[in-house]
Amino acid sequence: MFLLRRDLLLALRNRAEYAMPLLFFVLVITMFPLALGASPELLARIAPGIIWVAALLAAMLSLDSIFRSDFDDGSLEQILLSAHPVAVLVLAKVCAHWLVTGLPLLLVAPLLAEMLGMPGAAQATLLLTILLGTPILSLIGAIGVALTVGLRKGGIILSLLVLPLYVPVLIFAASATENAATGFDPSAQIYMLLAFLFLATSLSPWATAAALRMSVS
Amino acid sequence: MFLWFHKLGSPPHFYRIAGKWLPWLNWAFMILLLAGLYGGLILAPPDYQQGESYRIIFIHVPAAWMSLFIYVVMAVCGAVIIVWRMKLAEVVLISSAPIGASFTFLALITGSLWGKPMWGTYWVWDARLTSELILLFLYLGVIGLHNAIEDRRTAARAVAILALVGVVNIPIIHYSVEWWHSLHQGPTVTKFDKPSIHWSMLLPLLLMALAFQVYYVLALFHRCRAELLRRERNSKWVEEL
Amino acid sequence: MRNDRLLFEHLDIGLEAGQMLVVEGPNGCGKTSLLRILTGLRLADGGEVLWRGEPIDRLAGDYFEQVNYVGHHDGVKHELSCLENLRLARAMGVPSQLDLDDVLERVNLYAYGETEAGSLSAGQKRRLALARLIATDAMLWILDEPFTSLDKASMALFSGMFEQHLQQHGVIVMTSHHDISLPTQALQRLQMGMAS
Repeated sequence: MFLLRRDLLLALRNRAEYAMPLLFFVLVITMFPLALGASPELLARIAPGIIWVAALLAAMLSLDSIFRSDFDDGSLEQILLSAHPVAVLVLAKVCAHWLVTGLPLLLVAPLLAEMLGMPGAAQATLLLTILLGTPILSLIGAIGVALTVGLRKGGIILSLLVLPLYVPVLIFAASATENAATGFDPSAQIYMLLAFLFLATSLSPWATAAALRMSVS
Repeated sequence: MFLWFHKLGSPPHFYRIAGKWLPWLNWAFMILLLAGLYGGLILAPPDYQQGESYRIIFIHVPAAWMSLFIYVVMAVCGAVIIVWRMKLAEVVLISSAPIGASFTFLALITGSLWGKPMWGTYWVWDARLTSELILLFLYLGVIGLHNAIEDRRTAARAVAILALVGVVNIPIIHYSVEWWHSLHQGPTVTKFDKPSIHWSMLLPLLLMALAFQVYYVLALFHRCRAELLRRERNSKWVEEL
Repeated sequence: MRNDRLLFEHLDIGLEAGQMLVVEGPNGCGKTSLLRILTGLRLADGGEVLWRGEPIDRLAGDYFEQVNYVGHHDGVKHELSCLENLRLARAMGVPSQLDLDDVLERVNLYAYGETEAGSLSAGQKRRLALARLIATDAMLWILDEPFTSLDKASMALFSGMFEQHLQQHGVIVMTSHHDISLPTQALQRLQMGMAS
């Protein structure tokens, strides 16, 4: 809990840095109509895909900040030497990270969905998928960052490690939204996302903790 | 049994044993490969639907099997590394990755070659090809991560964690992609129904699978021996060679 | 504690309560590696570290509770104030009896309690990092070059603090290039050479 509070406090004092992924998210989505033409039917049809790919990239971009500064200033060593189980501390840090990077996406997503002409019913589903999906992105991403935080050129490898693992989230989240947009029932996909979320929450902190130990040694 | 395992785990011992096995494996691979190719390309009858072009499955299917199998081997090594920190497992894991990536690549290439006469294009977003492509990315991630970390033992531990994470995800990715495919394209070309495959096709297929399996062990031994020499270049037993 | 590793083979050190070990040697001889192995941050290629007769990797959290490590990096968050930094350190370990204001007082940072750590000088940051030692209650202090960027007065201050810790049956393992006056009866020196 204290670590969660600390990270939120740090994020508050570094507001500008944490606003970047959000800005990036909006920018990427703006590029699509410019590239594909602004025909409303086309945009409405591909909106779920666009929003989710952009969310994936924005999540990727923000991942590095989970452990980077802690690694650089030695706080990470202190975290690993703490008397508390590292996996729990990792979970707290990932929570904090999601609150400052994932949650804002949730707030701007309705606006973007409206701009892309997504029907109202689909918007609610979109928000639900973002709510369930982005924490998974943070959890899986944390493993990748933990593996690469000690490297000088970790960025490119990070995307190679993490993006393939994002595939299931992308598939189910985008298709849930699409289902809702075309009037079908998206609940099957939503349940799958929920299952992924539970799985990621229970397994990822352990892998992340192990990877962090590897990275500081 | 445990003693034997322990002994095999010591680098000099493994180096010698592997060296002794190499010529035998070479022969076994040659024989199996020739038998499999002869059975597959000459003896097996042409398929009533696909004609001669189906014959590429004698390479494609075993390669795809191997691509999955090797990843599982890597994950098992990963678990051994994390629990027992066994050096030989590190060497096997690292040496397996490029072989697995090659098999995956081979499966992709042959799959798309097969796709040309079947579907009229080299690439279709078919469920199996897509998950094979993602598997290739996973392999490349393992290789990339290993190359990026200088210290070999640290690198091996990093890769071990990654392989374990990957192996948990592979079935999930596989089924997501399968599901995604059925959703977007509906049932496309149904591939061969496995149970009804005729033994004259099945036998060469199994022979080829066995040949690839032997080839994997062969390549693995070569790579492991080289990797062992590189790692232990300062130790006594290497100097004695 | 016992240790044995390839970079430095056949090392066998035992330390008892109230004792201090100073590791000396040229740059690159593995002092930091040794200390990190003792903390459990780094795994030894062979051998083991025992704490009260048990290997530290089995003790895990119970061992970390007893250890305070100050490495090359201060582990100080620049965006947080001195007090916030110490509070965090306390939350992660076992808090000591001392009031945080007293802790800052003792390392001469009392006036900087609410100041962001990022605006402190290097020496002040080092003092803040070392203040963690008394903000939490740990028996074993592992210090990697604790006197880096400290002035003479601060060095004297901290060697006094170390002495007090030893009198309270604490254990200290440290590396240092600085010659400091420490109680000789409790002091062991480990001279490490370059591996050829």
